[in-house]
Amino acid sequence: MELTAQQQGQEEFPGEIHQLPGGGIVVSSFNDIINWARSNSLWPLTFATSCCGIEMMAVASSKYDFSRFGFEVARATPRQADVIIIAGTIVNKMGPVLKRLYDQMADPKYVIAMGACAISGGPFFYNTYSVVKGADHIIPVDVYIPGCPPRPEALLHALLTLQEKIKSGMTREQIRKESKEG
Amino acid sequence: MYSATEVIRETAPADGSMGELVINVGPQHPATHGVLHLVITLNGETIRKVEPHLGYIHRSIEKMCESLSYRQFIYVTSRMDYLSSHINNLGCALTVEKGMQIEVPSRAKVIRVLMAELTRIASHELWLGAMAMDLGAFTPFFYAFREREMINEVMEDTCGARLTMNYIVPGGVMYDLHPEFQQKVKAFVRQFKEKVVEYDDLVTNNVIFRNRMEGVGVLSKEDAVSYGCTGPVARGSGLSCDIRKLFPYEVYDQVEFDEVLETGCDSFARYMVRVREMNQSIRIIEQLIDNIPEGDFQAKTKAVLKLPKGEFYSRVETARGEFGVYIVSEGGTTPYRIKFRSPGFSNLSALEHMVKGSKIGDLMATMGTLDLVIPDIDR
Amino acid sequence: MSNEEIKEFFTQLQPTAVFDETGEWLNISIEHTAWKTVAQQLRTSRFVFDYLFCLTCIDWKTHLTMVYHLSSTVYRHTIVIKANLDRADPVIDTVSDIWQTANFHERETFELFGVQFTGHPDLRRLILTDDFEGFPLRKDFEDPVNMIKL
Repeated sequence: MELTAQQQGQEEFPGEIHQLPGGGIVVSSFNDIINWARSNSLWPLTFATSCCGIEMMAVASSKYDFSRFGFEVARATPRQADVIIIAGTIVNKMGPVLKRLYDQMADPKYVIAMGACAISGGPFFYNTYSVVKGADHIIPVDVYIPGCPPRPEALLHALLTLQEKIKSGMTREQIRKESKEG
Repeated sequence: MYSATEVIRETAPADGSMGELVINVGPQHPATHGVLHLVITLNGETIRKVEPHLGYIHRSIEKMCESLSYRQFIYVTSRMDYLSSHINNLGCALTVEKGMQIEVPSRAKVIRVLMAELTRIASHELWLGAMAMDLGAFTPFFYAFREREMINEVMEDTCGARLTMNYIVPGGVMYDLHPEFQQKVKAFVRQFKEKVVEYDDLVTNNVIFRNRMEGVGVLSKEDAVSYGCTGPVARGSGLSCDIRKLFPYEVYDQVEFDEVLETGCDSFARYMVRVREMNQSIRIIEQLIDNIPEGDFQAKTKAVLKLPKGEFYSRVETARGEFGVYIVSEGGTTPYRIKFRSPGFSNLSALEHMVKGSKIGDLMATMGTLDLVIPDIDR
Repeated sequence: MSNEEIKEFFTQLQPTAVFDETGEWLNISIEHTAWKTVAQQLRTSRFVFDYLFCLTCIDWKTHLTMVYHLSSTVYRHTIVIKANLDRADPVIDTVSDIWQTANFHERETFELFGVQFTGHPDLRRLILTDDFEGFPLRKDFEDPVNMIKL
């Protein structure tokens, strides 16, 4: 499906700004402004179960800094986080813990599944009795990142994709709200 | 068994004294370095009992390996202790080569040792950054990652991946070295020698750091032997257990380096062991980087490997301690039973003994110096 | 401390022990009922076997075998002790009071293979979920729900 320039998030500020003597007038819709503000300040939850966690820490460090995109502080508590990056394998014992963390996060919340293990069980797909074959069996996921582990640039691309998705109003959260209201 | 729904349970004894509080640390916690669930019984802020609950990353690797061939099961060990992935692969390759009596060319041996020592430095760098972050200092984390990124670039040129490299195979290594390998490693060694002085000023000689680490988490030598501790945890208590010195493999008997032993038995001693080990690894790299012999990088082996009937055990020294691979073979193309003896499993069993009677802050300092990687423990 | 001296010590202690020197280290097979006395003797003898570095179990389809790798921090020699167990009712004595590292290792073997360790201070699940049924590392373990066969 083709996205318009506005949906692709290429405009700086969603709306028109008219500079008039004595003040300015901004013409836009509230949804667009709120989406734009939310997408530029997503705080991730530190949830790293295995190897992909190290690449997430590498993205947080100074070479591939992700705080320049707004992911400034990685909160340890789910109550203060906006996005949960599931980095690592989810096993049967960890499933209820993940669900509990997701429930504790406040709306609006977004989910990124990082790495092959979180997408579909990854290298541990065949002949394992304790691996959940994909984190989306437990919580709904917005962005999937392939790789084992994915490069830090891939994680940055995924974060930017999530930002564009929020600006265009197409995350599961927003679609769910729209279908409830509309 | 404490389920995920029981968060706090308070027990007040009838005689009016202070009750005991049971709290959870983890499984999702920034300081546990993975998914470790500790159930701590506290009296005020003093720890009475620590019970580790494992299994939150149990990926049934030993069962899975029974259906993989001898060339395939090596990729799984990269993901067990992912910070020393080359050394884990080396342990598996040594066991298979021992079983099949494969002779590895000397160029491959030197390349393997270089990769192993670079991985050891990268692992200790990350440990330094993460441990300092647990104690509240954020700056060493970024400094440590700066050096680690240089090593990752070197690995990426030659092996193709930054973290879980599938480079060491039975018979040698998979590809030859990148043409810029020597130059980049030499540049890294030069930078590391300047920056290690920075770590000393920032962390080792820091008054708050010293006060938090000295006298904390004491593990005597007899206890270290009894609990099966290995690696820097045991060497910090004076137990000599470096596999590279006791049972040398590859070219470790031809290079000069010291085994770092400290007799302090506390967290600061374990910290100093690791920092000095980084310097010893630099010494090994400097001796080998200019003397890589010419030749093949891989011995000629069949496409499908079959180990003869019997049992084979190989041990290597990872950044955390002794990693053992025990293969029981019935003569087929897949192993009958594989057991991975992971260093973290035994080191973790000594945790309760080390922190009984101290405060919660000491628990974090001690866990930092144990350098646990939980997927290594749960397998 | 050579293998000959260890073999002599063993034949005095346990006349029914069977030796196997085809592998890298000396393998000794003993009766599982005699394991506790043998372990205590090994720990306190002049060979000083104070470091237990690997404890595991193998499932041969007719019986189970416990394997203990022992080594000495003083003399640096290594031996391997094996004990066969009955598959229907595997019971063996614990050695967690002799080598503390066996505490966690025996819990893991208990939940993965079903071996009962008499005298263990706290024998319960370590790495599997609470409601797990069966012993996963046994060869006859089937789990059609979770395990996807290649």
